[in-house]
Amino acid sequence: MEVVQMQRAWVEYTKSLFREGFLDAQFQQLQLLQDESNPDFVAEVVSLFFEDSERLLSDLTFALEQQSVDFKKVDAHVHQLKGSSSSIGAQRVKNDCIAFRSFCEEQNIEGCQRCLQQVKQDYCLVKSKLEALIRLEQQIVAAGGSIPMEELSC
Amino acid sequence: MASSSSSLPSMEFDFDEKPHVLAVDDSLIDRKVIERLLINSTCRVTTAENGKRALEYLGLADGQHPSHSDLKVNMIITDYSMPGMTGYELLKRIKESPTMKEIPVVVVSSENIPTRINQCMEGGAQEFLLKPLQLSDATKLRCHIKKLNN
Repeated sequence: MEVVQMQRAWVEYTKSLFREGFLDAQFQQLQLLQDESNPDFVAEVVSLFFEDSERLLSDLTFALEQQSVDFKKVDAHVHQLKGSSSSIGAQRVKNDCIAFRSFCEEQNIEGCQRCLQQVKQDYCLVKSKLEALIRLEQQIVAAGGSIPMEELSC
Repeated sequence: MASSSSSLPSMEFDFDEKPHVLAVDDSLIDRKVIERLLINSTCRVTTAENGKRALEYLGLADGQHPSHSDLKVNMIITDYSMPGMTGYELLKRIKESPTMKEIPVVVVSSENIPTRINQCMEGGAQEFLLKPLQLSDATKLRCHIKKLNN
């Protein structure tokens, strides 16, 4: 694929991710922080987000499986996940966490279990989309092109 | 562990010298983002993962004596919710120190709680910002540092 085609694909794909609510303006802030002297910034932060999230989701699964659920602990994990998803602009995951915290407050186990399923689903979705986006960016750069950030505001 | 983006110790403050910011946050992602935000705003950044490490870096930890080192910190940004010591507690420790109390401290939080904001402002915080931080916040902070050091 030619660079121009890849760049166009990148613009369309990024716009769709914003439109469909997978990503919000905070992700754009991260993209704006990336430049030639730090070309891997977004990929690095996203990769940290994946590691962090997978650990937290695993901890949440374990915590909710306990005979006697420690809601304080569950809430602490969700708070962390909400923070990191908010920091990278993973909007759906962040919103799922907000709902999750209400159920923690109510000490509603079923509500929490449902939320956990929802968060896992939305996390998987945003993960595959971000991986695809970053792959596309790497292909553009490898072909000698640049990421056309300015076209996002059209 | 506190990590620095530059190994040069500051001597006396020079107009052209980059301001040095100490950023404290238990989230690695947030440390990375704030570091990049500040470096892009031409600051030198040292990060610390909690209040204890921040105090150690500043020479204010229990057992440390106030140092006469060349350590120059122009601003401290700290997350509010951290394990062990909150950002508010860190703020108080800094403001109680004869050597460090003049350093402006900015508290950031993901939660918009008026009582928390008031508590920090009354505790001597320069400003209270909501997370996630954006480019416009970094510009604001940079202006603060410039104003305060002139």
